[in-house]
Amino acid sequence: MKVVGQPLPHEGARGHVTGEALYADDLCGRFPGLLHAWPVLAPHAHARVTRLDAAPALEEPGVVTTLTAGDAPGEANTGPNRHDEPLFPDEVMFHQQPVAWVLGETLDAARRGAARVAAEYEPLPAVLDIEQALAAGSYLTAPLRLADGDVSVLESSALRFEGELRIGGQEHFYLETQAALAWRDEAGYIAVYSSTQHPSETQEIVARVLGLPRHAVTVECPRMGGAFGGKEVQANASAAVAALGAWKTGRPVRVRLTRAIDMAITGKRHPFLVRYAAGFNADATLRALRAELYSDGGWSLDLSEPIMWRALFHVDNAYRLPAVEVVGRVCRTHKTSQTAFRGFGGPQGMLLIEEVMAQAAQRLALPADVVRSRNLYREGQATHYGERVDDAERMGTIWSQLKSSSAFEARRAEIAAANARSAHVKRGIAITPVKFGISFTAQFYNQAAAYVLVYRDGTVQVNHGGTEMGQGLFTKIQQIAADTLGVALARVRVMSTRTDKVPNTSATAASSGSDLNGAAVADACRQIRSRLAAVAAGMPDGEWREFAAVCEAAYRQRVPLSASGFYRTPDIHFDPRTGRGRPFHYYAFGAAVSEVEVDGFTGAYRLLRTDILEDVGDSLSPVVDRGQIEGGFIQGVGWLTIEELLWDEAGRLATAGASTYKLPSWSELPPVFNVSLLERAAMPHVIMGSKAVGEPPLMLAISVREALREVVAAFGSGVVTFDSPATPERIFFAVQRVRALRPALT
Amino acid sequence: MTKVTLNVNGETRTASVPPEMTLLRLLREEFGLTGAKLGCDVGDCGACTVIVDGKTVNSCLMLAPQADGRDVLTVEGLATMERLHPIQKAFEEKGSLQCGFCGPGVIMSAKALLDENPDPSVLEIRDALAGNLCRCTGYSKMIEAIQDVARGDNRQPVGESA
Ligand code: FES
Ligand code: FES
Repeated sequence: MKVVGQPLPHEGARGHVTGEALYADDLCGRFPGLLHAWPVLAPHAHARVTRLDAAPALEEPGVVTTLTAGDAPGEANTGPNRHDEPLFPDEVMFHQQPVAWVLGETLDAARRGAARVAAEYEPLPAVLDIEQALAAGSYLTAPLRLADGDVSVLESSALRFEGELRIGGQEHFYLETQAALAWRDEAGYIAVYSSTQHPSETQEIVARVLGLPRHAVTVECPRMGGAFGGKEVQANASAAVAALGAWKTGRPVRVRLTRAIDMAITGKRHPFLVRYAAGFNADATLRALRAELYSDGGWSLDLSEPIMWRALFHVDNAYRLPAVEVVGRVCRTHKTSQTAFRGFGGPQGMLLIEEVMAQAAQRLALPADVVRSRNLYREGQATHYGERVDDAERMGTIWSQLKSSSAFEARRAEIAAANARSAHVKRGIAITPVKFGISFTAQFYNQAAAYVLVYRDGTVQVNHGGTEMGQGLFTKIQQIAADTLGVALARVRVMSTRTDKVPNTSATAASSGSDLNGAAVADACRQIRSRLAAVAAGMPDGEWREFAAVCEAAYRQRVPLSASGFYRTPDIHFDPRTGRGRPFHYYAFGAAVSEVEVDGFTGAYRLLRTDILEDVGDSLSPVVDRGQIEGGFIQGVGWLTIEELLWDEAGRLATAGASTYKLPSWSELPPVFNVSLLERAAMPHVIMGSKAVGEPPLMLAISVREALREVVAAFGSGVVTFDSPATPERIFFAVQRVRALRPALT
Repeated sequence: MTKVTLNVNGETRTASVPPEMTLLRLLREEFGLTGAKLGCDVGDCGACTVIVDGKTVNSCLMLAPQADGRDVLTVEGLATMERLHPIQKAFEEKGSLQCGFCGPGVIMSAKALLDENPDPSVLEIRDALAGNLCRCTGYSKMIEAIQDVARGDNRQPVGESA
């Protein structure tokens, strides 16, 4: 029986529920003589280190050594591309940046030792937000630009408006903080357990810091306790510190960031400032859009450039933009290095166009869903970077199916009537679409390899380059391997991700984990399967009966039972100089309807109901996919409503724990939550007809922001706009503004 | 150093620990029970939840010496060699967890709830588990799993072999 498409539990579920699933920091007990690391944190957002004397730390009982500049045999810099992240900086670039590390027999000893390191600083002026960066001309990139059509028609549009939108960042808050464990292996080289989405890059950075060739470094990711993009680049520094410590002392070293330190020193989703001008025709179709997008990249480049590209690619969301000019630029500030986070710039780009659609509706006195649907892509149309939107009619199908399954029109009428009767508690409903491009925007990342081993008893080990962070990749890989080989699921074991099994892997990111690695695994399995078919054809009755018997026969006939598989995404290209190309293999589509209730006295609100219809192609694993949709949506709701990062005037992160940074809890879950998958949605040229599902659902949460806008509008009159996140405080003031504009109280 | 003797998952265990050691570190580092996780270090997330004398406790906040003489149940003590606990079974089958890191804590909170209130409403579930954060799932499959157990017989361990 086929297992692909079956609603199977997560491959790791048994270990998760029994507590037997091991994460990096659970492996400490295997390493006698383990040392613990604690950082020396700088107390300024920007400063020169004028003196650093680590010697006093060594007087602290239990302290074994310190790690400072000069300890690294290689280049002490963990910046992936630009080499712009010194491990032991002489210029502090953000508050609580580590300037040195202390290793102790116990964590407490290391911590006490770190407190004794004598560091002196000369504070320097700091750039703390986008406005300050713009004023100071502080950037990490040149302007990036996408343009199409004649934007000058904007000025002569029937409706023309402009505005500014501030979009907040987001803390990943993966439940497992950054963790790494490093030791000298039997050959005297370095091995690392790392909670990393990108083991090959972690290997590269460790090798760089230690001045070793890559074959001297082995990185293994057992599994991650959540990552969401936050362990793509940000895992490297912890691994580098652990490896350097192990290299220097010869003893195993553990780095596990406390939550407070993790939040203080690791990058987050980029805050954005967007300035826009839009022109609409009288029939509510968009005529032209001009926008400048500025992101707060923090102190180093990280992935900020491709993130900005993805923001620019997604300023259309699901709408046809006939004329557009968008320019994006990454600002350099004295903050943590902002980084990948589920959606990778796409959400910020989409928020802009949804703001524009909503305002156009208000200004034209049309329902927002009408304006949105009139602008949806139609078959044959192309994006502002020249990629044809294949299957554009799917968006229309999703739109109408979801409107009817959620009883959108009837509920809107009921809500309007109820609002008219209720002066202080009102409700609102909104529908928003998502179109999300699938592929890494850096073309070379769109490759994957796998190594499949079949044993004589017919059991199988699958190695591939993807990492498991909870997204269910291993479940899908196991299903794909079982079906392609034609064996029962239980025969297939998916091995943890190791750089000594599959080399030169891409990050598990861009929602592409199963597309890329699944295709590579299927390639390897097909090779083995066809070799086995030839063996079976020569067996006594020419019959393929028992898989194990065929494997044994193959072994005796000296037919190889292992194979490497490979996959590269075909037909993708993009030229950043012209801003034209086909950066995405395909698009994932979806839509959501959300209903909220707002208390006009306080701005407090509740999400009452959400209906989602998502196109996941032919689902590889429906339980996994639904989980991704639900979890991604709630994470998006957090980003757009309650999760607010605040820095004080000294550049200190004021929301430095779950006590001050509000994460979605059990109470944020809507009481009615319907998730459906689009039917008859097979996607050609993608592994087993499936579509990626990791990131797109996050942006379905825009429906909640738009529903809040509808409610605020119901309290008064005038154009409703508020920055993101739409905290109860912002909603309260938005209500105050429209109430002040209300013609007269009756 | 302080000598601590406690009953962990039905077994008497003893360790000599610094007085400031937390119960979580005692379990993880001295007893090798790594099911309970360190998520936030300060009582915010519930990943370290264990049951002490029938009540849920954030083991990152309880000192090991405070657990002296008490009964501690961790996620490792729920399943027998043959069977999963019904809550574990339901969480596995429903796909309640994704990365799984929050799971041991959530499951222990759910166990404590069902021991006290075998038929909780959704509101009571939300209330009892409010101290357990999950960043992956959006919680709905956990609520369904807990309701499933409540509707079935949650006293008698059932299900296939662990
Ligand atoms: S680790 Fe104990 S509550 Fe978070
Ligand atoms: S499953 Fe990942 S935190 Fe809950």
